[in-house]
Amino acid sequence: MLYRNHGPIAALPPALPLGRRRGATDAGGRGADGRLDRRVLGSVVNPPPIRLEQVTLRRGGHDVLRDLTGTFAPGSLTALAGPNGAGKSTLLHALCGALPVTSGRIDLGGLDPRAIALLPQEGRLDRSFPISCRDVVALGWSARLGLFRRIGAGQYAVADQALAAVGLAGLGARPIGALSAGQFQRVLFARTIVRDAPVILLDEPFSAIDTATEADLMAIVRLWHQEGRTIVAVLHDFDLIRAEFPDTLLLGSGRAGHDGRGWGPTGGVLSTRPPRQPRLTAVERAA
Amino acid sequence: MLHDLIVAPFGLGFMRRALAGCLALSVAAPPLGVFLVLRRMSLMSDVLQHGVLPGIAVGAAIGGLSVWAMGAGGIVAGLIVALLAGWFARRTGTAEDSQLAGLYLVALAAGVAMVSAQRGVDLTHLLFGSVLAVDNTALFAMAGAATLTLPVLAVIWRPMVLESLDPGFPSSFGGLWHGCFLGLVVISVVSGFEALGTLMSVGLMMLPAIAARHWCGSLAGQVTLSVALAIAASVLGLLISFNVEIPAGPAIVLSAGAFWVVSLVAGPREGLIRRRL
Repeated sequence: MLYRNHGPIAALPPALPLGRRRGATDAGGRGADGRLDRRVLGSVVNPPPIRLEQVTLRRGGHDVLRDLTGTFAPGSLTALAGPNGAGKSTLLHALCGALPVTSGRIDLGGLDPRAIALLPQEGRLDRSFPISCRDVVALGWSARLGLFRRIGAGQYAVADQALAAVGLAGLGARPIGALSAGQFQRVLFARTIVRDAPVILLDEPFSAIDTATEADLMAIVRLWHQEGRTIVAVLHDFDLIRAEFPDTLLLGSGRAGHDGRGWGPTGGVLSTRPPRQPRLTAVERAA
Repeated sequence: MLHDLIVAPFGLGFMRRALAGCLALSVAAPPLGVFLVLRRMSLMSDVLQHGVLPGIAVGAAIGGLSVWAMGAGGIVAGLIVALLAGWFARRTGTAEDSQLAGLYLVALAAGVAMVSAQRGVDLTHLLFGSVLAVDNTALFAMAGAATLTLPVLAVIWRPMVLESLDPGFPSSFGGLWHGCFLGLVVISVVSGFEALGTLMSVGLMMLPAIAARHWCGSLAGQVTLSVALAIAASVLGLLISFNVEIPAGPAIVLSAGAFWVVSLVAGPREGLIRRRL
């Protein structure tokens, strides 16, 4: 219940043009559920389905994912779960085009891979790089403006709004090296807001952050979901998945994609799996 | 007295040319050094400066002791070494720095052997530089390299920042920007060898960049300060070289090294004194 009934966070920036959109805002500034800022929900996106056909992914000379078939439906919110080494991050990298598919096919339905926003795992970014939060967030524009067009005052204004939306208003000038892990994750979420991508991939977005930050960021994921974006998030917390994620893809069980039991509505996928229990560490077992 | 030490040397033509050349190098090379440091590729600068020596030797053997022949040979050799280093890194995965160490030791030995085998080529000048070697042609080469480097760096600035910060961010032709950048480093190394020598030419690139790191928390600040430090080191080093009669390369690099030591000890960011407090 921790993740339910979390009030609306600050308004996201106004809609930014990208991809195909359906509908426009109606007057009145109220969202689908009547609570959220209309400017946010006005930006309804309509991503195409992402189809995987017998996808095999290879990394470091080993198949980490074999024969995965299935579809991320438009606007679906899918948790990607499984043990370490099951190929979760590898699948996300393949989805956004950073890793070639060894065999099989990923059909993005005509979507440019650059319109897929990947929020990388903690530690993939160089946090000692001398750059301010505001610049990191504004760099999110590069995916759409290209690498050479100017990021102007208007774009920076949106970056500031995104920073405010993740609860970091006023911290834009701070270098990223001076942030806590939770604050840095908020910056990455702000950058993803700026990217305004129809498909969003989150690689372990809630590891190494406290519950308050997790609740705030989960509220943003919920907003994205309401805007119709397709979201795939790597997660380890089965309670969170059950509470918030309608669909689950469970990798590493040898079942995903074959008979469908490893990929589908969360209730079905996780039903055969007992709730998470505290596991004994090797030391505790020995004792 | 002070006038004799500081102003009078630059009244001489060759000193003025050396100063102009080093100033050009000071404007262009340190920003590249800042990016090399940030990308944890400091060792790559060593590899490249040693890697250009065989090319310079081949250039000298084919085209004689002309700046252009040696420079072209050096650039070709530097690019080959850069490509090899990248290929090693991709193929072997781990222990990249050991492969680089192997590469530059072989390149240096090959270069020294090839230079020694030729008559009329002064190995000391090639390795350590000489202000006397900076004729008009060499000066044009140094100024030309700086003129090319600054606009290209301005163009690839944002892709470089993105790639250094977040290698997974979508920037098409990711390898292309990195290639452009390494090309600029090679050109900068080669353009400096007449004045500073191949063993020293990276000093003006790396030391001001490493020193600036201890003072500034922003990328723009680090780049600006590194250029300022490089200019100061050039002036100071050339004066020391003139008055004490040591080669210009070591004199300039030692001056830059002094700035680095001061920064390391007293700098507000990760400086030794601040750490103790």
